[in-house]
Amino acid sequence: MRPSAARLLNIIVPIKRAVDYAVKIRVNPEQTGIDLNVKHSMNPFDEIAVEEAVRIRERLKDAVKSIKVVTIGPPKSAETLRTALAMGADSAVHVEIPESAPSPEPLGVAKTLKALIERQKEGVDVVILGKQAIDDDAGQTGQMLAGLMGWSQATFASKVEVDPEQKVANITREIDGGLEELRCLMVRFIRNIIFHHSVNFRLFQEPRYASLPNIMKAKKKPVEKLTVAELGVDIAPRLETIEVTEPPKRVGGGKVANVDELLAKLKEAGVTGKRA
Amino acid sequence: MLKARISLLNRVPVRSYATAASPHALVFLEHRQGNLDSASLSALTAASQLGGQVTGLVVGSPEEVPSVVEKAKRLNGLTLLLHCASPQYTTLLPETVSPLLEKLLSQSSPFTHVVSAHSSSAKSILPRVAAKLDVPAVSDITSLEHDAASGSTTFTRPIYAGNAISTVRASSSIPIKFFTVRSTAFAAAGAGDAAESEVKALDSVEVSDAPTEHINTSLTKSDRPDLGVASRVVSGGRALKNAETFQSTLYPLADALGAAVGASRAAVDAGYADNSLQVGQTGKVVAPELYMALGISGAIQHLAGMKDSKLIVAVNKDPDAPIFQVADVGLVADLFEVVPELVEKLKQ
Repeated sequence: MRPSAARLLNIIVPIKRAVDYAVKIRVNPEQTGIDLNVKHSMNPFDEIAVEEAVRIRERLKDAVKSIKVVTIGPPKSAETLRTALAMGADSAVHVEIPESAPSPEPLGVAKTLKALIERQKEGVDVVILGKQAIDDDAGQTGQMLAGLMGWSQATFASKVEVDPEQKVANITREIDGGLEELRCLMVRFIRNIIFHHSVNFRLFQEPRYASLPNIMKAKKKPVEKLTVAELGVDIAPRLETIEVTEPPKRVGGGKVANVDELLAKLKEAGVTGKRA
Repeated sequence: MLKARISLLNRVPVRSYATAASPHALVFLEHRQGNLDSASLSALTAASQLGGQVTGLVVGSPEEVPSVVEKAKRLNGLTLLLHCASPQYTTLLPETVSPLLEKLLSQSSPFTHVVSAHSSSAKSILPRVAAKLDVPAVSDITSLEHDAASGSTTFTRPIYAGNAISTVRASSSIPIKFFTVRSTAFAAAGAGDAAESEVKALDSVEVSDAPTEHINTSLTKSDRPDLGVASRVVSGGRALKNAETFQSTLYPLADALGAAVGASRAAVDAGYADNSLQVGQTGKVVAPELYMALGISGAIQHLAGMKDSKLIVAVNKDPDAPIFQVADVGLVADLFEVVPELVEKLKQ
């Protein structure tokens, strides 16, 4: 078989270290944020993004040239990068910010990613992000990056088919009330795509666990360290957090013994069957 | 004497009211099949709370826009209604809609705020536009307060799946404040007897080389109320065994109550229910009058999507299921016995 003229894809996956999803969080006494002395792990949506990048390579074999993971965060974020490398990414970039620095806002992250993409000598074809971080629940970074780059975007993707020969990606998205299918063009240096994964495990398989040999291998993979200053971006938060508080507590109202008692309670609240 | 001294020391130059632009919100009004989305009507209510002018924007295909405009111009709280129709807006792709919004919000724009529902469409479009204008955006707000003197707006929004509430301020240094609104936190604006708002057509900004093409949309068909706005929701979890049992068990109860059907992520992941029915941090956030959780244990992520419901009823075999800690009415029993009995007795 003659080698095709298909382009080799370079994929970037931005990831975030966040409080583990299973942790029951507590607001700190100063009410400036939450108690961060708890287990952290990779944002679950980003795990799906890394997994999908690795699967795209499994499907397309040699057409995927590189998978690079990127994080912007304190020194401890290095562990999150190693996890992604153990899952199958080739190399990593750590844009390090001081432990005490405020968490950058999506706009700051998007600007940092843009600066990073522009530094890649071979260009970037696809950026895959999680649809939101489970700490700030903002869900903006990917769209902001697509806007800054002027690239195609597909948010809340549940199925991705990349065709490097046709230079397109067909992406199915979850929208309110159903699904939508898009075709995104990839023409190097003009337009590429940015998509996010939503967490639909029927379409996206569970992210793989890194095996011990892969964890050992990941230790040898290159991690480039950069600072925000070196990238020439300003990531100072533009919004001011006044306070973080506990939500109003909801207390259960106790249990009933049977369906009749349940119905009585419903009736009390004015809930009856629908008049046919 | 001392007091007077202190007050002199504390005196700071106060900005006069004239310096901060009075708020003028642009509300992105979404619609489907000629009808306004009720979540957009909640966004309009939030925009009205800024205390200034409110302009609505309707974007869509030439076939749809006229009938939507007809309905939207009667909405309470709107001072002006802008509309823009073009075949390229038949499906709102962020790549084709953004240029229109950017043009509308450019240099000489009167707008101080851009508001929309926290819907999948607006979530895709608004941040893209905000980034192009180099301003941050605030997602999924549950309350807001605008200070006209300083031109700053303070919002509250849930973070960590609703397990903490963050209060953030966008100061006057952010010339246009973008935010999306959690629809369950604001009543829907009504169509009132107020004077019809002024209506103005905008020229579309045609994008000839959009990098994205829409292929098709497939909506889940259902004659039940829409999950996002239903006043009653019957929701099922992993205990429902499979897709068939999920339907045969829950649908009769939903119909007896006139309720929408929801599902936990476990039920969706296992393939019992369509993804569009998922309630929780990664699905829909609902706040109906009645939320019935059947065979749902009540993980943090699920509670994030329903804990503001007025009355929570839980049926679960496990007496220690966390759902019982928030349920107003709990019943420890086998849902396969409870649900048919409920349906039977509700029909009487």
